[in-house]
Amino acid sequence: MLKRTVLYEKHLALGAKMVPFGGWEMPVSYQGIINEHKAVRERAGLFDIGHMGLLRIGGKELPFLQSLTTNDASLLAVGRCQYSILCNERGGTVDDILLYRFADHYLIVCNASNTDKVVAWLTQHSSGKVEIAPLINLCAISLQGPLALPLAEKGLGFSLSSLKRNHTVSAAPLIVSRTGYTGEDGIELVLPKELCLDYWEKFLALGAVPCGLGARDTLRLEAGLPLYGHEYDDETSPLEAGYAWAVKLNKGPFIGKESLARRSAALPKRLFGLNVEGRSIPRQGNQLFDEEGKEVGTVTSGTFSPTFSRPIALAYINDPAIAIGSRIFVNIRGVKQAAAIVDKTFYKRVK
Amino acid sequence: MNYPENLKYTKEHEWAKADGPAVLVGITDFAQDSLGDVVYVELPPVGKELLAGKEFGVVESVKSVSSLFAPINGTVVEANSALEGNPALINTSPYAEGWIVKVKPANPADLNGLLSATEYQKTLS
Repeated sequence: MLKRTVLYEKHLALGAKMVPFGGWEMPVSYQGIINEHKAVRERAGLFDIGHMGLLRIGGKELPFLQSLTTNDASLLAVGRCQYSILCNERGGTVDDILLYRFADHYLIVCNASNTDKVVAWLTQHSSGKVEIAPLINLCAISLQGPLALPLAEKGLGFSLSSLKRNHTVSAAPLIVSRTGYTGEDGIELVLPKELCLDYWEKFLALGAVPCGLGARDTLRLEAGLPLYGHEYDDETSPLEAGYAWAVKLNKGPFIGKESLARRSAALPKRLFGLNVEGRSIPRQGNQLFDEEGKEVGTVTSGTFSPTFSRPIALAYINDPAIAIGSRIFVNIRGVKQAAAIVDKTFYKRVK
Repeated sequence: MNYPENLKYTKEHEWAKADGPAVLVGITDFAQDSLGDVVYVELPPVGKELLAGKEFGVVESVKSVSSLFAPINGTVVEANSALEGNPALINTSPYAEGWIVKVKPANPADLNGLLSATEYQKTLS
């Protein structure tokens, strides 16, 4: 049985197409992925992210968190959030998370599909002494785009002018963070379930466009942001995905540290972008070949880019000789399509 | 969803319609709606022999790729070149401007063996 967020009925009323995702029944789009994508790039889009896992971790658990995350949680001040990764002993990724610190507790936001796995992982390593509580009475929505901040200020009724990137402001019972997964400016709002529909309606009335998982995927892909199950899995480390900055090998011991140190000396694969010639779209699992016909990697995500009106893809390359500018071939449905290796960040916001 | 009575359908969501001695082929309203924004159509070359039930091209949307299956045996006499510049015609006009190929049927009577609009709609429920 798929789970539903508190906005489920609202999505149906808005004409959304619903799909299963990570154990949830979520909107994939309302009025078309391309329109929703462009709304976020040009104005403001509103996403239901109530499927994501929200876990409360007791207050004095810095050593516990440090022992499980790759980033340095000791540098995380109250009122801020930090991108971090939970790795297994092999250096593979259990999940990528956002870690929030508040005065008396931490909050972990994890991927919907990994929530049960993350809870089990944390519990397994807590010796039963740490409070790990799924926040089942909370949910979250995300407002993204160049107009997201002014629109959020109107809807929330307070100023966000001092809210910097990766900072939070708590206006009980609301938690607002300047974060997102689209490559645009924006906020994520964690709030009690009973208030969710009110704020959703309020932001829509102010002009935000409802956006589904389809646009969320094309937006994150253009921005080169990894998605668990595509760029991350239990065998792939954040180093390969290009997140060395979130792996602090000079902090104290943490699970996976030795494996990550070994991997960093000679990465087994690296994540790049692909610009393919022609209009066929590379999809997850398509294989890559060099000019001699040797297999050199695999596509992890591919889509049509609404911003650039052409196919784009992310791919892992296992041949260290291949770099940005190299020419390779993607096997798309049996046809080898020429492609250029590019940086994985296709889209960068003009600030 | 709209399924015109004057068209014939397949359970793979193609439609076919007699157009003089030829047959026009496209995908149904249900198919275009399920795919979402169509961004590319891989069209067969003129002269290609189509076999009923076999793949003759693909339609790509932002989210996914779908095969096109020939409704009848025949030969491609024209592909809709308007789709090269504007594949979204399949979304906006699946039964008219969004037609995909024009086929010379091997046996014109084959069209009669396809599903009626009512029969097709039953396969959707």
